[in-house]
Amino acid sequence: MEVEKELEGDLGSRRMIINFGPQHPATHGTLRNLIELDGEIVTKLTPEIGYLHSGFEKLAEYRTYNQVVTITDRMNYLSPLSNNVGFAMAVEEMMGLKITPRCAAIRVVLSELSRIADHVLSVGLQAMDLGAFSVMLWTFIEREKLYDIFEAVTGARLTTSYTRIGGVFRDVPPDFEEMCRTFMGKCSKTIDEIESVLNENRIFLDRTKGVGKISREDAISFGLTGPLLRSCGVPRDIRKDRPYLGYEGYEFDIVTAEEGDVYARYEVRVGEMRQALRIVDQALAKMPKGPVNVDDPRVALPAKDAFNKPQGGMEGLIYHFKNYMFGHGVCPPKGEIYSSTEAPNGELGWYIVSDGTQKPWRMRVRPPSLYNYQAFPRMTEGKLLSDMVAVLSSLNVIAGELDR
Amino acid sequence: MDGPKIFEKLKAAMPDAVMASGSFAGQDWVEVERGNSLSVLRLLRDDPDFSFDCLMDLTAVDWLNQGMPERFCVVYNLFSYRDKIYFRVKTWVPEEDPVVDSASGLWKSAPWAEREVFDLYGIEFEGHPNLKRLMLPEYYTGHPLRKDYPLTGAGERDHFQKYNRETGE
Repeated sequence: MEVEKELEGDLGSRRMIINFGPQHPATHGTLRNLIELDGEIVTKLTPEIGYLHSGFEKLAEYRTYNQVVTITDRMNYLSPLSNNVGFAMAVEEMMGLKITPRCAAIRVVLSELSRIADHVLSVGLQAMDLGAFSVMLWTFIEREKLYDIFEAVTGARLTTSYTRIGGVFRDVPPDFEEMCRTFMGKCSKTIDEIESVLNENRIFLDRTKGVGKISREDAISFGLTGPLLRSCGVPRDIRKDRPYLGYEGYEFDIVTAEEGDVYARYEVRVGEMRQALRIVDQALAKMPKGPVNVDDPRVALPAKDAFNKPQGGMEGLIYHFKNYMFGHGVCPPKGEIYSSTEAPNGELGWYIVSDGTQKPWRMRVRPPSLYNYQAFPRMTEGKLLSDMVAVLSSLNVIAGELDR
Repeated sequence: MDGPKIFEKLKAAMPDAVMASGSFAGQDWVEVERGNSLSVLRLLRDDPDFSFDCLMDLTAVDWLNQGMPERFCVVYNLFSYRDKIYFRVKTWVPEEDPVVDSASGLWKSAPWAEREVFDLYGIEFEGHPNLKRLMLPEYYTGHPLRKDYPLTGAGERDHFQKYNRETGE
């Protein structure tokens, strides 16, 4: 509409408007960008989002807290488990629940594995967009193996819905550690291989170094988080700043880079994959035994044999009833909370307002992708059109989370 | 600097603007008067005692028929990279006149967040550089996140243009 009008008036000039997306393979999602070109230089870039808007925040107001978990993993199709963990954590914080050590360790392992699943694909697609197709194929193999682990644990590859308020819906399979260790051995080799192909690759370096730069002040003002912020030299990691799930007990480093360009983001992602492997290794080594769900009648169901016990059978029945009946169930106290976790893409925040019933009055997701993508015009305007593709894949925008 | 201290200092600096404060689960907030919200936010950003250099999130809540001071509440979640603390600022916005000053001049993260609130709640931000719908199409009517908006839609989708296979139109 608006664009066509502008086009008509400008025929014959050098200025050109092209439409990039929403169905373009290099956007890796349904993103639309209106690009004004002067020759090959991008003079103005207007992102248009909302093609995947699904009204998740509205839907969450009509679902109970445990039902909302199924919505959260649909927001992020690269690392659904970290969304599950983040949401469950926010509600637990609100209710003052303390999850069991085993549950925390399981959540750490799975969040870190999904961080690898996200970064490995992001790096692969970044390389693919710049012409290194084989890297993408290697990374897809790794992601496939990760999805096999997720399937064994949660029963689903993508729509995991694994966490519950106060725990997880079942314990990990007995051969979980073995599966993870096998994967880790192969994955670290793949990371080495990726680095050996890309780190000294003339084409890759030329197309990433100094491209899509953003300054430290701009990055903070734009609300960039995650690898994008750390690649500007800001050592911000919620796992260190405000440790959750017992992250203070694991040894790992915050990976940062100084340049703030596409290559720095690639470096940070690769470094974070290695750190994630380190954390998984420690978490598996000291995986505590014990129950995975809290023993709190507000959220957990009684054990199945509770009904048969001579004493307490009736009590178990009452808890069961309370948990399932409409108007009961998981009811956090009246109040509001902003809780955030370090998701693969950055700070994933949950602003939950409870009115004391079993459904959230308001659930707002602070999606890292929305704020990261907002800085996209700043990184590309005045640069070459071909650089835009390199920058876009380095942002790793997840459209499901961007539009919700 | 923790929540009560921030409140005291704000109250001393701008007694008219700061209305109330509160805390839940260790998180603090202040409620500020709508007309002065921008100056409070500017103070929180620029004053060396606060230095909230990042607007982490901006959103709104619809408190329809809940006995709150006004229907809408615009919520700013601020973060300080220096002190590594969060702080929340809330502003009540009435239903009849849903307008609040835009924070786009203070933080670069604000424009899209404000567009989203405008889109889904119908709250206008005065002084916004480009206030139009972010998620929904421009021809859409209604604001879906309002509590009086039905979950299944208010009939907008009935009027979407459809492709007819037989006639090819």
